[in-house]
Order: sequence, then C-alpha cells, then structure tokens
Amino acid sequence: MHPEQEYLAFLAEGRFMLQRSKGSGTYVFHPRVAVPGTGEQDLEWVEASGRGVVYSTTVVRNKPPLENYNVALIDLAEGVRMMSRVVDMDPTQVWIGMKVIANVSEIEGIPAVVFTEERT
Amino acid sequence: MSFPRGKTAVVGAATFGIGAAPGYTAAELLAKASLAAIADAGLTPADIDGVFAMLPQDPFCALSVPEYLGIRPRVVESTRTGGSAFQIHAMWAAMALDAGLCDAVLIAYGSNQRSASGGLVSSGAAPFPYEQAYKPRNPPSSYALAAALHMHEYGTTREHLAEVAVAARKWAQLNPDAFVRDPLTIEDVLAARMVSDPLTVRDCCLVTDGAAAVVMTRADRARDLAQSPAYLLGAASATWFKNISEASDLTVTAASEAGARAYAQAGVKPADIDVAELYDAFTINTILFLEDLGFCPKGEGGRFVANGGIAPGGRFPVNTNGGGLSCVHPGMYGLFTMVEAVTQLRGNAGARQVQGAKLALAHGNGGTLSSQSVAIFGTEETL
Repeated sequence: MHPEQEYLAFLAEGRFMLQRSKGSGTYVFHPRVAVPGTGEQDLEWVEASGRGVVYSTTVVRNKPPLENYNVALIDLAEGVRMMSRVVDMDPTQVWIGMKVIANVSEIEGIPAVVFTEERT
Repeated sequence: MSFPRGKTAVVGAATFGIGAAPGYTAAELLAKASLAAIADAGLTPADIDGVFAMLPQDPFCALSVPEYLGIRPRVVESTRTGGSAFQIHAMWAAMALDAGLCDAVLIAYGSNQRSASGGLVSSGAAPFPYEQAYKPRNPPSSYALAAALHMHEYGTTREHLAEVAVAARKWAQLNPDAFVRDPLTIEDVLAARMVSDPLTVRDCCLVTDGAAAVVMTRADRARDLAQSPAYLLGAASATWFKNISEASDLTVTAASEAGARAYAQAGVKPADIDVAELYDAFTINTILFLEDLGFCPKGEGGRFVANGGIAPGGRFPVNTNGGGLSCVHPGMYGLFTMVEAVTQLRGNAGARQVQGAKLALAHGNGGTLSSQSVAIFGTEETL
C-alpha cells in the first residue's frame, strides 16, 4: 500500500476513500501505512460515508477581488477528523455542530473533498 | 534519573535587533545576541563548550553557529520543534551540564525574517496535502479554529481575545525595547482587519527581526559569575501532533502535560509563580496556556484576562516584555520568554519589573499548538 499516492489517485477518480483496519475496524485519516498508536498494518480502503459534523470553522479573509472562503475541521461519521471547506454557502454562516455531506470537487484545479450543508 | 532541580542556572542573557534590523543576516543577529549573553555572564566564547542553536532557514545550524563563533563544542543540539525548541534546549542543557558532558551551554536564536523577506518566511515543513488542499492561511487559521471552538464551548468572546492584545501592548509601553508601543484599545482590536475569523491582525503576533541568547552553567560555577543566577528548577515538553487537523481536542494543549511535569520537577504549583511569560503568537494562545498551565480552570481563560486581568496592575503579570504580540516575534519566540523571565528574576526589568519576583515560568509553543514546553526558573531563595 502506498497510502498518499492511492488516496490522491482515488480523489482524482472522484472517490472519497478512507483506510480501515481489517482486524479492529478502526478508521484512519490522514492516510498512513499503519493505525496511529497501535501500528496495525492491515489497512484496506473503504468508501467514506460522506456524513460529517463541523468541529470548528474559520473564514480565510482576502482582499477583493479575491473571495473569502471557509476552512473547517469536519468530524466524519467514521470517527476520524479532517480539514476541509464547507462550500455553496456564506462562509461566515458555517457553524460548529452543523451537519454536512462530502463531495469530491476541485479547489484551484486540484481534486479535494469538500462539504455542503446537509439538507433535511 | 530525576531532573537536576536547581543544579544549573542561566548566568547570561541578551537580545539583539528586536524589531527591525535591516542589513543583518540571521547568523549575524544570532552572533550579536550570543556575544552579548556570553559577556553578560562574564565569560568569553572560548568558555562555551555546548552550543544549542536555532536558525530557522539553516538545517545545519548546529554546525554553522559554532563555526561562526569559533567554538568547537563538546555538545550540540538543534531541536526543530518550532518556537518551543528553547525550553527543550534548556532541559537538555541542564541534563548535559549536570552529567558533566559540558560546562557552559549557549542557547541562541536569530532571524531576519522581517527585513529579509518583508514578511513570514517558509518554515520548510514537509508537504501535508490533507490541509494544504484547503489553503488555510497558516499559522493564523489553525489558531483561529482553536479560538472558534473555545468561544463555542466556553463563552469566550472576541473582547476577551482583544484583552490579551491590549494587556500585551500595555506591558510593551513599559518596555523601551518593545517594537510596537502605540496605544491600543479593545475597540481597535475588534475593528482591525479580519485575517481568519475570529482573529484580526491585532490578534496576531508581530513579524519582526530579532535574536536572543542565554548561557547556562552548573550552579556552583554560576555563583562566581557576573550576574545573579536564574536557577532552572524544572523543564519539560510534550508533543501531541503537528497539524491542527490531528488535534484530538482543540481547546486543550500539550502545555497541560508539559506544565504538570515541570511543576513536579520544580516542586512548585501554579499559584507560586510570580510572573509567567507565555508564547503569545495569537491572542487565543495566552488564554489556552493560562488554563493549561493551571493559572485558571479550563474554559475560564477569557474571564481571567477580562478587565485588565493580565495587564500591568492586574491580577497576574503575564508577558511583561509585551510578548510576541507587541515586543518581538521573529518566527520563533520561545527564547525571548526565557530572557524576560531571567530579567524579571534579576530585578532588572525597569518600569515593568514585577516586584519581588522569585519564581518565573517561561513557556514555548511550536507548530500550530503542537509542541509545548515549559521552563521554571527561580532565584537563590527558591532552591
């Protein structure tokens, strides 16, 4: 397994994948060669559920004409946390505890997992 | 082996080029501070046989700094944990001195980041695509995420954050060496340009040049040197992650662990500390570290700093030189907290002197709240 290369290759295909230990079921993010702390190397790729909750949020401020944008930490349903952006809304209106859904998109031409507010 | 409490001391301390020092290289700034610290101790470069040095842009600074000073050290060290490195240097220096591996250690830092680049210089960190893809404006965005959660969980306000900046400025106004001494109000901080919510540019540290250095020896030798020794009573560090997305709880830092160990080594408790020099790269730092180092309960940091709580004349003196927010922040600030702690214990702090200061805590922060380090210094009577 080449974790970083494979993760980024999945993203380029439009797939958001997480690592999971076959033995313990522990999810791992960011991608690694082993489960942090325990060292289990029996990792396999599984499709992420895409469900998450905003753990914290900030707005990166820019001088016009550059736009402000959101940067957030997202707690995924699988129990791991990742940095991302909550998009398709006013970046100042993202709130801690907000439920969000993942999409594979692009930021400045680079494939990236971003999130939008979960509509119920 | 237990920590050699009080067996070593800072015997020389100096800064150089605080603020703007155009025309100097980082190594030149470091050397100027180092020579001043060595002279302050009543020593010469030939007396130094341990060099613990940090030049951020020079991966081989453990070699280039001794070469520059004309020293062939028996012990070298250049921990790269960011701004927390210097308390870690002090910890290893105490162990090395006590073990007899060397007799006089120079700990030194220099940066010309303001004049050389006109702004922040790259840390040279390894790529981390899992954050870089989202273009956080780091370091501010990482600290902003911690601030936002602290506000959400504990009711900390932007006014509380602003109190930290204003207190630092008021201390800076008492320090002729501080780089920025203009008046600053809560309203000024709140109205300043937002960088990464909830942090404005006034919630962020200065970008300056500057160098600092200290010299450490064993305590028996320290008593025969030029200055009143600042004895190292405890020094510890803790490292929990590198990237802010890997923090398990954004509102609790590794300072809680490092501080507990340093207090245990020193045999003191937070209430015994007379003055605290905390690494205030951002206003949220001071609030987090006041909590994590036991000066107030978790979540109460905002209310602790309110109404001038840590300003001159407040309930507890914090960052008496003006801190990274108003005195100096040349990329890594951790050694400046140690120099100010020593200055306070010597009673040489002039208008900002904390009367009768006997125990001083100097804290370091590295990365994005990642690495935390604590050194506790005391005067002769604390031994």
